[in-house]
Amino acid sequence: MSLMKIAGLVSGWALRKPATRLYPFVKRETYPHTRGHIEIDIGKCTFCTLCEKKCPADAIAVDRAAKTWSIDRLRCISCNACVEACPRKCLSMANTYSPAMLQHGIQTFAQNPAAPAEK
Amino acid sequence: MSTATETKPKRTIIPFGPQHPVLPEPIHLDLVLEDEKVVEVIPSIGFIHRGLEKLVEKKDFQEMTYVAERICGICSCIHGHSYCEAIENVMNVQVPERAKYLRVFWDELSRIHSHILWAGLFADSFGFESLFMHSWRIREKILDIVEETTGGRVIFGYCKIGGTRRDIANGRLKSIVTELKAIEKECHSITDVFEKDYSVKKRTKGIGMLSKDDAVKLGAVGPMVRASGIASDARKLGYAAYGNLTWELITESGCDCHARLMVRCREIYQAFDLAYQAADKMPDGPVEIKVTGNPTGEFAARLEQPRGEVIYYVKGNGTKNLVRFRVRTPTFANIPPLLKALEGCELPDVPVIVLTIDPCISCAER
Repeated sequence: MSLMKIAGLVSGWALRKPATRLYPFVKRETYPHTRGHIEIDIGKCTFCTLCEKKCPADAIAVDRAAKTWSIDRLRCISCNACVEACPRKCLSMANTYSPAMLQHGIQTFAQNPAAPAEK
Repeated sequence: MSTATETKPKRTIIPFGPQHPVLPEPIHLDLVLEDEKVVEVIPSIGFIHRGLEKLVEKKDFQEMTYVAERICGICSCIHGHSYCEAIENVMNVQVPERAKYLRVFWDELSRIHSHILWAGLFADSFGFESLFMHSWRIREKILDIVEETTGGRVIFGYCKIGGTRRDIANGRLKSIVTELKAIEKECHSITDVFEKDYSVKKRTKGIGMLSKDDAVKLGAVGPMVRASGIASDARKLGYAAYGNLTWELITESGCDCHARLMVRCREIYQAFDLAYQAADKMPDGPVEIKVTGNPTGEFAARLEQPRGEVIYYVKGNGTKNLVRFRVRTPTFANIPPLLKALEGCELPDVPVIVLTIDPCISCAER
């Protein structure tokens, strides 16, 4: 009987659409709460360094003097600790994952428009 | 001229792992063979030791929750829960009732996805590819529910000291239960095959025997010990909301690979039932309370992971860093019983028997 069961299961799926997606043409949708990557509204940031202190992976670096906020995307574990700690709510968790990188770099956001926005 | 009694059979040592097609994670076993029969097994572990326990010197006790969750990928959820239970007991934190039920709900979803994942890998270990694929297809639906409710597919990250990070709206909880009932129905299509299929029985029945006495003597835990007829489950201690739910321990008396398979298959349905009960009895209210201060004292928390009982020992001295943090994981406890179960088996059965402890070497080596 079990042979019939697995045979039915396999042949049934042979006639259906595949359970997998035809990536990269069809991409999996994430959910609103998916922990994807951290985003910052740098205009609201007070550079209090709480996010830097709370980050368990030491991925965030805040420079008060230069008014810059940097994140190492490859160190970040998307745990949401910085978002929960931010008193100004300028950090948020986006539901899309960080894109693949060709080079390991640190992403820097500056409040002063004269400073480079990203390097 | 030598007689048969004087001649010792020639022994061969075959290395098994750390890289082996059947092993998802690295463990090395030296199999001492006489002809095709395994007479002795010498294990060596430590290939992926990361020294996570020592990190307490650098990370404060709140940050260690994230480290505990990352000890292992598959039972990550209950690792985080265990750590929080231990710290909450040290600090005398009363977790809100709703958080307790949410913890049970997510822990049981974690158990379902872990057991289905294992079932797939187990099918793969004896070459039943289609059963492997269908097991993982079903597991994906559980992962979708988990990602939607917690934000992570594998690292749930739902637990925090003093409660849970997220809540599930009551309306959504009801619709999730409806979805789970449909998934439960679908699970029968694979568990019936595991239970009754001729070829599955042929590869698992009477193989990898671990007697009741050996299971006790060697300290087996989880489905490994329950398949040897011993009713042992840390959930019966009543942590979180388990004390308020109605359920019976699942045991089998076969003591072989098929019994371990059956314990896990039956536990999938039990986990569904516990998740329904938790969703049904979940009271309204807050899901977390604010925790202030630093832990002083020590506590050993015992929780049931999909692979068995985990022990989290924490010791604090009133500073933000713990003095001692120790984890005894179920796979580590199940290695001596595995060696016993391997003795006397045939070489082709080794992968099947190794898989029946559900080896999670990330956990075992931390």
